[in-house]
Amino acid sequence: MKAITWQGRHHVEVRSVETPDIVNPRDIVVEVTSTAICGSDLHLYDGFIPTMEKGDILGHEFMGRVVARGKEITHLQEGDRVVVPFNIACGKCHFCQRTLTSLCDNSNPNAAFVEKVYGQSGSGLFGYSHMMGGYPGGQAEYVRVPYADVGPLKVPDEMEDEQVLFLSDILPTGYMAAENCRIEPGDTVAVWGCGPVGQFAIRCALLLGAGHVIAIDRIPDRLQLAARDERVTALHSDKTDLDEALPELTGGRGPDSCIDAVGMEAHGTALGNLYDHVKTAAFMATDRPHVLRQAIRACRKGGTLSIPGVYGGVVDKLPLGAAFAKGLSFRMGQTHVHRYMPLLLDLIRDQEIDPRFIITHRASLDEAPELYETFRTKTDGCLKVVLHP
Amino acid sequence: MPKTNPSDESSAHPTRSCPNVGRWERTLSVAAGAAALLGGLRRRGITGLLAGGVGIALLRRGISGHCNVYERLGIDTRRETREEAGVPEDQGIKVVETITINRPRDEVYGFWRDLRNLPRFMDHLSTVEIRTEEESRWVASGPGGRTLEWDARIINDQPGELIAWESLPGADLQSAGSVRFESAPGDRGTQLTLTLLYRPPLGRLGALGAKLLNRSPEHQLREDLRRLRQLLEAGEMATADISS
Repeated sequence: MKAITWQGRHHVEVRSVETPDIVNPRDIVVEVTSTAICGSDLHLYDGFIPTMEKGDILGHEFMGRVVARGKEITHLQEGDRVVVPFNIACGKCHFCQRTLTSLCDNSNPNAAFVEKVYGQSGSGLFGYSHMMGGYPGGQAEYVRVPYADVGPLKVPDEMEDEQVLFLSDILPTGYMAAENCRIEPGDTVAVWGCGPVGQFAIRCALLLGAGHVIAIDRIPDRLQLAARDERVTALHSDKTDLDEALPELTGGRGPDSCIDAVGMEAHGTALGNLYDHVKTAAFMATDRPHVLRQAIRACRKGGTLSIPGVYGGVVDKLPLGAAFAKGLSFRMGQTHVHRYMPLLLDLIRDQEIDPRFIITHRASLDEAPELYETFRTKTDGCLKVVLHP
Repeated sequence: MPKTNPSDESSAHPTRSCPNVGRWERTLSVAAGAAALLGGLRRRGITGLLAGGVGIALLRRGISGHCNVYERLGIDTRRETREEAGVPEDQGIKVVETITINRPRDEVYGFWRDLRNLPRFMDHLSTVEIRTEEESRWVASGPGGRTLEWDARIINDQPGELIAWESLPGADLQSAGSVRFESAPGDRGTQLTLTLLYRPPLGRLGALGAKLLNRSPEHQLREDLRRLRQLLEAGEMATADISS
C-alpha cells in the first residue's frame, strides 16, 4: 500500500509499504477514505520530537471503512464507516474507565522509555514517534486499529467524511481546551494561535458560554476567519502590544482564561523569544514557552490557563512566581478524544458546529510532501490539509 | 599511641591473594579487561589512560581470581554451591518490582498460581511445566543464548495473598521468589509486589554489565509486569506490529 513516511527533518516521502493485518483479537483494519495533516505533525516534520525513525508512517487524524476485524469485534461489520481517535486506549485500565483515555496504562508498548523521561507514560498514539508506541499512522491507504471495541466511532451514512473527520483529534482538542477553562457565562477567553485547534477552541468557548473571545495570531487570514463571529476580537501578535491590549479589552481585569493553542514552537518578537530560539538551537532547552509567558502575565487573577498546544520537554524562564502570586490554575494534556466524540457528533448533526470551515486544501497522498511544506510555511492561505487516499 | 608491628599487616589479611571470584566471572573479567586495555591504548589521552588502568585491574582480577572489593565485602562467588535449594547466603541479587492491576485480587492471584501462565508475560521464560501441586520445571533463556533449566517448589501459598517458591538443588539458575497481592486503595484493583532473589549466572560482574546494557533484571521484570497488566486488563498485549 501507499503511505506517507517520515525520512528526516523537513523530508517526507510517499512510499510503498507493507499492508497491515489483524494482529490482536480486538483489532480492526481500516481502509482510509480521509486523513488530515495536523499542526502537531509539523513538530515531527521540524524534527522536534525524538525517537522518530526513517520510514515511520505519519498521521493520526483519519477515518475510513472497516475491511477486517479480530474475533472479539462484534459491534462493527466490514464496510462500516468509522472515525478513529488519535490516542489508542484499551478501555479497561484505571484511567480509561474514568474516560481519561489519553492516559491509558496499556496501549504504549514503549512505555518504559517515556517513564524514564516523564516518570509515567500516557497512551500510545498513531504515527507519533516510537516513544509514543511506534504505531504506524493514518496517512496511508490502510491502518491497523487496536482496541476497536472502544475506539472507533461509527459514522451515520448521511454524514460526509469532511463533516466528521476532525472528531479524530482537533475538534475534541478544541472542545477540551475550552472546557478546561471552566467558562462561566459572559467570560472573556483569550486564545493564542488561530490554527485549526485555536479556531475550534474559539467556537467551543462561545458554545460553552463565553461572552467575548480574543483571538491572537500573526497570520491575517487566520485572524479574519476567527473574527467572522462578532463576539471575537482579533489581535495581530506582531503588531499589537499584548501587555497593553489585553488589559484594555477587559477593563483592566485580564482575560478570565487563556488558551495556548500554539505549544512548543511559538514565534514572537520579544527578547525572551530570541533567547528561546538560541537555547533550543543549542539543545539547551527543547521548547519555546513564549506564549505561556504572555498568558501567565495577561490572565486574570484566579484564572485558568488551558494548554492544548503540545509541549515535549524542558522550558526555561517560566514566570512561575507570577502564576503563583495570581493563583492561576493550569490545565493541560493530550485530549481524551473518546470522551468527547459522541457529544461532538451530536453537535455536528444538530448543526451547532460545522467543522468544514477550516479546510483550505484537498489533495491525494501523492501531493502530501509538497503540502507539508506549504502548511509549515503557512503560505497559500494554508490552514488545514485533507488527504483522500 | 600503640606501636605498629610491620608483620601485623600480613597477618591481618591472610587471604590477600586467595581466589574469591567464580569461574564464569573470571573469564568475563579477562575479556572485559583486555577490551578496555586495547581501547585505552588506541584512544590515548586521559580517558585512554583511565580505560587502560581499568583494563589492567580487570585482567589481574580475572587471571588471579582475586578481587579486593569482594574481599572487603566478604563476598566469594567461587563456590559452585548448586547442591542447595534456593539461593546460597550472600550470593543472591535481590530485585523488587511493584505494579497496580485494575482487576480483583483473586483473579490476579489465580492467574499467577497457574504457573503455566508465567511464560506468557515473562520474556525470558520459555516454559513452566507443572509436576505436582508444589513442584514445577522451569526453562528459560540465559545470557548468550544458553538454556537454563531448573526445578522449583512452592514453599508458601496463601490464596489471594501470597505465593513463594525456591529452586531445588541442581538448578541452572538458583533462585527464590515471592509475589504478594494486596488490595489497592480506592477501588484501584490489586497491588502486586514481586520479589526475586537469584544467583546471577555470570556472577556479579555479569549483572553489572547487564545493567549497563539496559538489560538489568529490574528493567526486565518491570516490562514483564507491564505485560501481565496488559493481559489481565486489556486481554491482549500491546503491539505496534502490523502482522502476526
